[in-house]
Amino acid sequence: MVLDGRDVSRALTRIAHEILERNKGARDLVLLGIPTRGVYLAQRVAAKIASVEGVDVPVGSLDVTMYRDDLRMRPARTLLPTEIPSGGIDGKTVVLVDDVLFSGRTIRAALDAMSDVGRPQAVRLAVLVDRGHRELPIRADFVGKNLPTSLVEKVAVRLEEYDGEDCVSIAGVVSTGSTTETEVAP
Amino acid sequence: MKKHLLSAADLTRDDAELILATAAELRSLADRPIKKLPALRGRTIVNLFFEDSTRTRISFEAAAKRLSADVINFSAKGSSLSKGESLKDTALTLEAMGADAVVVRHWAAGAPHLLANAGWSRSSVVNAGDGTHEHPTQALLDAFTMTRHLGNLDGRRVAIVGDVLHSRVARSNALLLKTLGAEVTLVAPPTLLPFGIEGWDVETSYDLDAVLPKTDVVMMLRVQQERMTLRGGNFFPTVREYSRRYGLDGRRMATLQDHTIVMHPGPMIRGMEITADVADSDRSVIVEQVTNGVAVRMAVLYLLLGGSEPAVSTGSTNATEDTK
Repeated sequence: MVLDGRDVSRALTRIAHEILERNKGARDLVLLGIPTRGVYLAQRVAAKIASVEGVDVPVGSLDVTMYRDDLRMRPARTLLPTEIPSGGIDGKTVVLVDDVLFSGRTIRAALDAMSDVGRPQAVRLAVLVDRGHRELPIRADFVGKNLPTSLVEKVAVRLEEYDGEDCVSIAGVVSTGSTTETEVAP
Repeated sequence: MKKHLLSAADLTRDDAELILATAAELRSLADRPIKKLPALRGRTIVNLFFEDSTRTRISFEAAAKRLSADVINFSAKGSSLSKGESLKDTALTLEAMGADAVVVRHWAAGAPHLLANAGWSRSSVVNAGDGTHEHPTQALLDAFTMTRHLGNLDGRRVAIVGDVLHSRVARSNALLLKTLGAEVTLVAPPTLLPFGIEGWDVETSYDLDAVLPKTDVVMMLRVQQERMTLRGGNFFPTVREYSRRYGLDGRRMATLQDHTIVMHPGPMIRGMEITADVADSDRSVIVEQVTNGVAVRMAVLYLLLGGSEPAVSTGSTNATEDTK
């Protein structure tokens, strides 16, 4: 295990503070989580922002399934919820939230998906874990934990809301337990 | 899901629920400024219509375009089809043009099956209505509309009223609703119930007034005069008598439960099977059915064509992790 529940909480607290510092407050902020686990993380960051700033930041979700560059290489995938907050994202500072940053392809798809929804003033990226191995020129603005990995390893993020516990762990590709399966929600 | 959508009976419960869940996500697209998704970019979908249709063709066209597919409309009138070309030659032509999917409506029952299974082409085939046989996407959009108003359909009662004999909508609905756990009652005069209805595993009734107070959904069917060629067209004595016994009017609507919705696949004949005050009432979801039709057809096209192969009936995440 790399991060336990308290580590995850501390990392999200720090991310919340960094977002506020960078944005000089909570003005015009919108948090968009990438399903599945990114949405829960976005909600937690919003709760932490609320406790620090006393402001409720709008939280939504953005499904990127149809914008993936590998859509044609697998059977058609189940769509996940997209919920844009009622205020929209035009002119706002959108913080995309995801659990693991890896190749960067999910984030590229998210940027495409967002351009069909509106035109934010700025887009930032917050991730719980950055495991490296980028395939596209994309980087995160707010990182919970930098986790150098080898390509054969799998990073599993488990969250209370979805998996019943908070933890981040690394497994070699040999041990294929249920946790390794859950690591990348599509 | 299989490669084709030919019959509502082909859908397992998991398949049907996957389509409905996908449609629920796609429906929100209608509220967005850009009503377009890139999933089927570069795919070609042919709307092959041997029979007149407005809403189904437009609905499929809108669905395909919102998924960024290229759409070719091919209707019997004004094409080589009216010159006597066979279905086979049409299919070979479409194959040569590189169609990825063919949405077909035909006056003959079974034409989509032939198109799908004769080996003439590799396209996916979607049945958009074949004769008096089936219309699976209509059943899916009806079920979708019902779930939006009633939630889970397990144990819900659905009354399908009117010209069941000539209705592909009734057959597809009966099949799909049974898969989804609802109880279907077909209400019609004896002359308008199909031969062999005993094998459908549904209730039947000749008495609309007895059925209405118990039902959760009333689906009215149009009397399809244009198909009434047998028996010299004598399926009921007069239009007036038909609408008095099997039409839905304000008086009958008052006997429904508070949550019961009124549906109609369209086109409706106001004053015959349904009166204007019912069609325009708060219970009527007839316009919503049209809206939902686009979302449901998008879901079907996406699940058939969106991936490397049609979505299998798991409905769960089929993720490995190399794309994060």
